[in-house]
Amino acid sequence: MPGEILKVENLSVEFFGQKVVEDVNFALKKGEVLAIVGPNGSGKSVLFRALLGLVPYSGKVAWQKNIKISYVPQKLAVEKDFPLTAGEFLTLRGAGPRHETETALEEVGLHKRAKGYDWLLNKKLGQLSSGQFQRLLIANSLTGKPDVLLFDEPTAGIDIAGEETVYGLFRKLQKSSSDLTVIVISHDLNTVHSFADLVLCLNRRQVCFGRPHEVLDHQLFHHLYGEEIQHRHPDNHLSIS
Amino acid sequence: MSLFQIISAIFIGLAAGYVGSFMILRRMALVGDALSHVALPGLAIALLLNINPFIGAFATLFIGIVSVWLIENKTELPTESLVGLFFTFSLAIGFLITPQSELLEALFGDISKISAVDAYLAVILSVILIVAMYLISKGFILSTISPDLAKASGVKVSRLNFIFLLLVATAVALGIKAVGSLLMGALVIIPAITSKNITSSLRGYTVLSSLIGLISLLGGMLIASKFHLSPGPVVILASSAIFLVSLLFTKK
Repeated sequence: MPGEILKVENLSVEFFGQKVVEDVNFALKKGEVLAIVGPNGSGKSVLFRALLGLVPYSGKVAWQKNIKISYVPQKLAVEKDFPLTAGEFLTLRGAGPRHETETALEEVGLHKRAKGYDWLLNKKLGQLSSGQFQRLLIANSLTGKPDVLLFDEPTAGIDIAGEETVYGLFRKLQKSSSDLTVIVISHDLNTVHSFADLVLCLNRRQVCFGRPHEVLDHQLFHHLYGEEIQHRHPDNHLSIS
Repeated sequence: MSLFQIISAIFIGLAAGYVGSFMILRRMALVGDALSHVALPGLAIALLLNINPFIGAFATLFIGIVSVWLIENKTELPTESLVGLFFTFSLAIGFLITPQSELLEALFGDISKISAVDAYLAVILSVILIVAMYLISKGFILSTISPDLAKASGVKVSRLNFIFLLLVATAVALGIKAVGSLLMGALVIIPAITSKNITSSLRGYTVLSSLIGLISLLGGMLIASKFHLSPGPVVILASSAIFLVSLLFTKK
């Protein structure tokens, strides 16, 4: 099909003879936002790593030719005293032009102060707050003009971006570049409705795939999460307790 | 001290400090220390066959690093425990086959016996070492903080790790002439942890570590020659002293 940026067929991943992801099928068009949801241990991160070619898999993962894929991992093992500044971190994937870096930082809500970006770029990576660090990771993935962004959201509970959610950020990014395709592992089911074009529910097997308002219903969530589900809002939104 | 000794000390000190700074970031302090012991059987065999000790040391170190690399790649076993076994085994073998008269030199080094050829070799290899390490440094750091992110960004992590271990082996083989196989581990570790105490950027950290390596080696040798002491241990004492001073300036 033309316009398809990714096609996944019969994707399975096996660790030590045990299937951790089984028979996943979906396709994605340029500019779409896909949310992957599912309980802990359902294989979301493994699916991500298979899409990136980081783990061996069976089946087919076909990316459109010559596209740039960027990845935002859930967390990095950076110790507090690791001698690396935020500015140096941003050059590790190959330094882009300065203005491109600054644009990316601006986009993720890390703004210039009196001395430009000195406050951020000269800071040790380990001294950033978790929100700043997460934004920096996203900015890092945005440099080099990627076509696809794979975002492994940190587990619920981490304050990613203060008053502005990371999904607001995606919406903003989409406005500035409607071609950007985003695949996000999401832990916050409340927001899936509002930001994602498509949702894929995973519980080792693919439980659902489609438009959020078409495929997400209470019965499905019960099936997916069992008793973990609780109602938080009266307006049909759901969250995991 | 001869000019050859001074030049060798400058270059070996810089290279050991620089490569050592990257080893510390990978938490390879103990691996580095143990690895230096692997050189001992190689030194002994070189002495017995009457060939350049550097070649013997490098040969067994090469076997050592290939083993580490294979263990890392092929198994889920914790590298450190196997390293502990493998390397103390080498020390035992090396101790038994090293001729008694040469044992002290092999263990603690003697830079006063450095020849013109050794000095040229030290300069050339040190320069290659520093340049190669610099070239792989970005991919190395990225794969240290996130192997997945590095792979997704196109870094060939496994190949890079192998090149890195090769550089470590070269650095250790180079330094053995100066401080011996027992103390070489300290020459790559101490400058790096000292520098890590007082710097916050990667550039500052690696440059300072190299300089401390240089000052420790050259300073230690000068002090040893003035007071007619064995240079290896004095070099390590010098770097330890710098470490203690650095504690006063530690950024917390």
